[in-house]
Amino acid sequence: MIDQILMLALALFSLSIAITLYRVIKGPSMPDRAIALDTIGVNLLSAIAIVSIVLKTKAYLEAILILGILAFIGTIAFTKYIERGVVVERKSNH
Amino acid sequence: MKTNDVIIQFTAKIVFFIIFFFAIHIFLAGHYTPGGGFVGGLLASSAIVLLVLAFDINTVRTIIPVTYTTLTACGLIIALATASFPMLLGDPFFTHYFDYFTLPLIGKTSLHTAMLFDTGVFLVVVGVTMTIIQTIGEDE
Repeated sequence: MIDQILMLALALFSLSIAITLYRVIKGPSMPDRAIALDTIGVNLLSAIAIVSIVLKTKAYLEAILILGILAFIGTIAFTKYIERGVVVERKSNH
Repeated sequence: MKTNDVIIQFTAKIVFFIIFFFAIHIFLAGHYTPGGGFVGGLLASSAIVLLVLAFDINTVRTIIPVTYTTLTACGLIIALATASFPMLLGDPFFTHYFDYFTLPLIGKTSLHTAMLFDTGVFLVVVGVTMTIIQTIGEDE
């Protein structure tokens, strides 16, 4: 029973990633794509959590945390590039 | 244009320590669980990259006054010294030793010289990653 529920949740997460992928490809503006990539990261993280329940292992928990950190830093870099035009600034302007 | 990024700077100040302590955890847990010097070094450098993104490269150089090429050299020297130390005792190159010690607060602990080699890997990964990012970021 629990296996069917986990598989259903995994399928729904895959569907969600597929729908978000449509927004990455189609998205009219760059902020749409940045937010869609962040959403894909979070959904992928949840899918890894479900896979680690299915496989009955604790070895993927670090991967979940690292993926969260990388999605956060990547989204900040994308948004900074969209808004300022540079990712790494040399000097602060205040 | 006057910009104000107080939220990202305040978030970076807190999240930097979370990522850095997680990097230390990954580094120390590498012998028995997934992790090790490489992933720990990449996470530590990603914590520094978060500071670079939230502030700027000169501020981060003031916060962390480390020359990253020197850090890379120190890591290589530590790794080479760990590998060549057994030759002084008559053992082959890269022989590792371990023993059980009773430390205060922690209790019975297995200490292994592979940890010292991993420290070298950690320093080299942090140094190389930050050198790449600083060199590309400073290019105008």
